[in-house]
Amino acid sequence: MAIAHEGGGHVAVASLPHARPALPRVKRALRRIGFWLSVIVIVSPAILVFLWMASLALKTEIDNIAYPPIFIPNPPTFANFTSVFEQNAIGRYLWNSIVVSGLATVIALLVGVPAGFGIARAGAKKLTVLILIARMTPALSYLIPLFAVFQFLRLNNTLTALVITHLVITVPIVVYIMAGYFETVPRELEEAALIDGASVWKTFLYVAVPLARPGIVVGTILSFIFSWNNFVFGAVLSNRETRTLPVAVYNVLTFEQLAWGPLAAAAIIVTLPVLLLTILIQKEIVAGLTHGGVKGG
Amino acid sequence: MTMMAPPAAAAPAAFLVRRRRSYYWFIVPALVAVGAVIVFPWLFTLWMSTFDWKIGTTAHFVGLENYYKLFVSRRFHEAVLHTFYFTALAVIVPLVLGTWAALIFHREFPFRGVLRGVFVMPMMATPVAVALVWTMMFHPQQGVLNYLLSLVGLPPSLWVYSPTLVIPSLVIVEVWHWTPLVMLIVLGGLAALPTEPYESARLDGATEWQLFRYITFPLVAPFLAVAAVIRTIDALKTFDTIYVITGGGPGTASETINIFLYLQAFAFYNIGDASAVVVVFFVIVLALALVLLYVRERAKWQ
Repeated sequence: MAIAHEGGGHVAVASLPHARPALPRVKRALRRIGFWLSVIVIVSPAILVFLWMASLALKTEIDNIAYPPIFIPNPPTFANFTSVFEQNAIGRYLWNSIVVSGLATVIALLVGVPAGFGIARAGAKKLTVLILIARMTPALSYLIPLFAVFQFLRLNNTLTALVITHLVITVPIVVYIMAGYFETVPRELEEAALIDGASVWKTFLYVAVPLARPGIVVGTILSFIFSWNNFVFGAVLSNRETRTLPVAVYNVLTFEQLAWGPLAAAAIIVTLPVLLLTILIQKEIVAGLTHGGVKGG
Repeated sequence: MTMMAPPAAAAPAAFLVRRRRSYYWFIVPALVAVGAVIVFPWLFTLWMSTFDWKIGTTAHFVGLENYYKLFVSRRFHEAVLHTFYFTALAVIVPLVLGTWAALIFHREFPFRGVLRGVFVMPMMATPVAVALVWTMMFHPQQGVLNYLLSLVGLPPSLWVYSPTLVIPSLVIVEVWHWTPLVMLIVLGGLAALPTEPYESARLDGATEWQLFRYITFPLVAPFLAVAAVIRTIDALKTFDTIYVITGGGPGTASETINIFLYLQAFAFYNIGDASAVVVVFFVIVLALALVLLYVRERAKWQ
């Protein structure tokens, strides 16, 4: 619509002044109000849920169950956060989450970046179909066989088992994004390096990878976020010591019936890192997702 | 000259073939990883689905009996219906709202970048955390949603505590979560639109609605189809939200295939039965995705 405004405006005014009479001022103002109303309708649910989450986390329990609800914490309290940290080993679960998502992402980069390069350069686009089918398969269906195997190997309830399982999420994301990204990297520089006698491996390492850095950043962050957000793998494959943050947060719900403040505080602790990452590299995430339509789990 | 030509032409060809082959080595590590954590589980599941095996007991071969049990299980039938009901709503509503949002964000206006960032945030938020917040908002006595209803003069609702409203209520959460993904895909489509049809249509006196209906919509239809496929796959697979908010309840009113599967596998430890569910589930996902892709191809040729 914006395009039409820019392009068509001049022509219409110049050649057909009577065909599109200038809108009366009132009508234009109404249009503008209508537009901003739809912006508010579209954006406000997103922001309000997060604000409500913050409000619940920063109020006392008495204020949280008051009716009519109290929206603005007065005065704000951090008691919910301290109680979550005291009653649950949140620090440990935070560390578990960082280790699991971090290692799963690093391994995915080690195998996925070369794979994306290979797929793009060898023209083996068909291999990405495998990735697509992997994306279609419900996460739970990987869990049953892996659970049985880990049981057999006595790996259940270890972080190793979790890292291996999280590769189900991270490897397809990295391969898919990198295969797409290497397609857009011009090949001339690589050709030049090859003609100068560099091996294919060296060309990859010193020419292609530096050029693909923006793609690697997007792949890393998306892979980390979707691994971080995963709940079901940790719910099945971990115990009290090895659970990840989302699982720990879910357990706050089951143990403290309707203790809303701590629950919301726990929810903030797990989502905040992800939201900060999203805001920091919003543009890149948007570009990456618009291209691939990738989503984990 | 003619004697010289063949070797000169053959050398780069052989060089290219060798190089092409060396590119395949880059893919091998990923193939090993994918084989271990993705392909192996598929095969193992297919194999396990023909066994009667509860964890802690010995497995014995039962052929297709697990499938037959599913075929006659009333609870499974209902789970399939719940899944389809949930999926239909969780695809259509985000498609409509996502297109609307994309049309808005396609225009230039102050704070567009910031507002788009805010709009995209739900998509990245941890599903479990968000589901917990919605659980509190749905609470019939102290939830904020019933308060908001009372503000506009509507009677309180039971939300997820009502067997009839539970699925639409869960869809609200899903819509909140994933409308941004549809918006991004459609926005990508809008960015690629040509300007000429709009200019000539405007000269012919077309209204805004006509511009959308006869120009924008047909041109972004392929992108909508992609969004529909992705959304369908994801909606069928929804687990975290439903598991955290209702766990399939009240009763079994929101038990989808995925929840049924989880209970079979990790509450009852019926690995054989659960594997059969996985196979049937996968066939359903694949079939729906193929139907949608077919529709998309058809739409392209018309």
